[in-house]
Amino acid sequence: MSKKTAANNEPKAADGAKAEEAANPISAAAQAPINAKLKPEARIELFRTMVRIRRFEERCLRAYQQGKIGGFLHLYIGQEAVATGCVSVLGDNDHLITAYRDHGHGLAVGMSMNEMMAENYGKATGCSKGKGGSMHYFAPDKNFWGGHGIVGGQIPLGTGIAFALKYKGLKGACLAFMGDGAVNQGAVHEAYNLAALWDIPVVFIIENNGYSMGTSQTRSSAGESLAKRAEGYGMTWGICNGHDLYEVRDKVAAAIQLAHEKSRPSVLEIRTYRYRGHSVSDPDSTYRRKSEVEDYRRTKDPLQLFQTSLIAEGVLDEEKAAKIDAEARAEADAAADFADASPPPTVEDISKDIYWEQDAPADQRTKGRLLFD
Amino acid sequence: MPVITYREALNQALAEELDRDPNVILMGEEVGQFNGAYKVSEGLLERFGSKRILDTPISEAGFIGLGLGASMLGLRPVMELMFWSFYSVAFDQILNNAANVRYMSGGLIHCPIVIRGPANGGTNVGATHSHTPENICAHHPGVKVVVAATPADAKGLLKSAIRDNDPVMFMENTILYNDKGEVPDGEHLVPIGLADIKRSGTDLTIVAHGRAVLTSLKAAEQLQAEHKISAEVVDLRSIRPLDEETILKSVRKTHRVLLVEENKPFCGVDAQISYLIQEKAFDDLDAPIKRVSAIDAPQIYAPALEREHQLPNPARILKAALEVLR
Repeated sequence: MSKKTAANNEPKAADGAKAEEAANPISAAAQAPINAKLKPEARIELFRTMVRIRRFEERCLRAYQQGKIGGFLHLYIGQEAVATGCVSVLGDNDHLITAYRDHGHGLAVGMSMNEMMAENYGKATGCSKGKGGSMHYFAPDKNFWGGHGIVGGQIPLGTGIAFALKYKGLKGACLAFMGDGAVNQGAVHEAYNLAALWDIPVVFIIENNGYSMGTSQTRSSAGESLAKRAEGYGMTWGICNGHDLYEVRDKVAAAIQLAHEKSRPSVLEIRTYRYRGHSVSDPDSTYRRKSEVEDYRRTKDPLQLFQTSLIAEGVLDEEKAAKIDAEARAEADAAADFADASPPPTVEDISKDIYWEQDAPADQRTKGRLLFD
Repeated sequence: MPVITYREALNQALAEELDRDPNVILMGEEVGQFNGAYKVSEGLLERFGSKRILDTPISEAGFIGLGLGASMLGLRPVMELMFWSFYSVAFDQILNNAANVRYMSGGLIHCPIVIRGPANGGTNVGATHSHTPENICAHHPGVKVVVAATPADAKGLLKSAIRDNDPVMFMENTILYNDKGEVPDGEHLVPIGLADIKRSGTDLTIVAHGRAVLTSLKAAEQLQAEHKISAEVVDLRSIRPLDEETILKSVRKTHRVLLVEENKPFCGVDAQISYLIQEKAFDDLDAPIKRVSAIDAPQIYAPALEREHQLPNPARILKAALEVLR
C-alpha cells in the first residue's frame, strides 16, 4: 500500500468529520508534522510499546487461566495503538487517568511489566502493593493517576487534575480516558459541563471499542455519534481511527495543543476494537459473532498495520520485528516469574495505606508529599 | 475572647486558611456571588477572587470529583455541599474515589480535600434535605468525619481539616449557624480525633456529637437541678477517628452511659460506641447502656413535630437518663 493512495483516502481532519476507513490510514497520517519528524528509532520504540502491551496481555490471560490472577481482568488486546499513540505525545506537564482497562496505559507511561504483573497477582511487589489489582494501577511519578473501577467515575477526577494544572499556571493537560459505555454516565456530562464552563485543559478521550460490556453501542447509546454530544457543551470534538497509531498521535496532539494554548477542553472519540470479552470472565459469544472479531483482526489489527507501515517506510524488517516480539514475550514471561516468586502482602499490610496520617513518618506529617508543596 | 456565631467561626477558619495557603480553594453551589446558601462564605469572593472562590453548577458528582482530582495533585479544595443530604449524588466520588484511592494506589496518592456543609434535620425541609450521614461516611475507612457543636470547635476543627492530608467530611448543623460562643482570634486549632468533655460529672456519662451535645447539656443542667444527678457530657467532635480513650475514661468514672445522637438509630454512630463500651469497659458498667436518637422514620416535615419530637429533646434525654440511673 503506497503512502499516496492512503493520503487520498485520509478522512477530513476537521472536527466532527466522519472517520472513513482509509485503505492505508497509517501511512496517511504519518505525513502529519508530528509524525513526519519522528526518528526511525522513535518509530520502532512505538512499535515496541504496542508489542509489549499485546504480549503482556496475552501472558496475563494465560496466568488468569492458570488461576494466578483473581477477580476481573480487562484485556486491552486490539486497542494498543490508542494508549501508545496518546501517551507518546504527552509533555512533562501532561497527565492521564483512565478506567479499569488500564494495562496499556500503564505500559505506555513506562511502568514495568514486573510491577504490573505482580499487581495482577496480588503481590506486595505490585505497583499498588497488591491492594489495587488489575483495575487499579497508579504511577503518579509518571503522571498516571490511575485505573479506576467505576465506569465514568474517573472523568471528574481527570477534569480536576487539569484544573489543578491550570490553577498552578502550568502549561499542561490531562487526558481523561473512558470507554464508550461511560458516555452515558451522568458524571461524564457533569465533567464536560465544568470543563467547558471553566476552560479546563482536559482532553476527554472515548476509547470506543464498540461494546459497553456486552451491549453493543447501537443498543446502548442514543444519537449519531458519541463524541458529537460535546457540541451541546460548546466543545471541540473529533473522531479518530484507533487502528492507526499515526492518526491517534496527530489528533491527540492537536487536542493537547488546544488545551495548552487556549486552555480549552475537547472530546476525541477514538474508534478501536477489543478482541477479547469485556473481561476474561465474559464468554464473548452471546453478543457478537466470531467472524466479526476475525475479520477485524485480519484487516485492522493495529500492530500488524503499524508493522506493515514501518516495513514499507524502511525502518523495520521482518527479522527485527520478530526479535522485538520475542523480547516482549520473554519480558512478559519474566514478569510472570517475578510475580510468581514475589510474596503476597502481609496480614499487617491490610491495615496500612488507608490514612496518610497513619503511614507518614512523624516529620512528614506537617509537610506531606504533594506535587505542589 | 470575642463572641461570634458558628457561621462567623467557620468563615474565619476559611478566610485564615485561604490567606495562609495559596493551595486552598473554596468551591460549591453559590459560595461566591451569593456568599453561600447559609452565608458561611460571606465576603470571601471579594477578598480572594474568583480564581479561588468558585461558584459551581448544581452538579455534585462533577464538582466533588473535580475537587478530588485537584487534591490528588496537591491543591487543598474545600468543597461545600449546600446540604449534606446531597452527599448521595456525589457518593461515588466520596466513597469509591476519596475513600479508596490511597489504599488502591498502595499509598502513592493522598487527597487533602474537605467536603463540608450543613447536615441534620430540624429546619422543616423534609426527608430529602435532612440527612445526617456521619455514620454512612464513617463506615468507610479512608475518610475522616468531623462534627462541630460549638463556634470555637467549628473554627478549630475546620482549620485542622483543611490542613489534614486525608479526605475530611466536615458536618455542620443548619440550626447552629446563628449560635454564639467565645472563639479565639487568629490561630486556633482543634485536633481531629480528640473528644472534649463539655461538662464534667460523676454519675452518668452522656456521649453526643453535633447539636445533640447542646441538647444533652440542657438535659444535664435539668438533671442536676431537679434530680441532683451529676452528668458528664462527652462531645465526640470527631466520629472517625474516634477518641476511644476519652469515652472509656469517662465510663470508668461514672459507670453509667447514655448515648445521644440526631441520627436514626439503626446502624447509627451510637451503635458503634455502644459496642466499643461493652467490648472495652463492660465490667465498669453498672447499668445497661441506653440511647436517644431521632425517631426511626424518614425526617418528618410537620413543623409542630420535627425538632421537638422526632429529634432528641431534653425531655427524652432526661427520661432515658433516669432509666439508666434507676
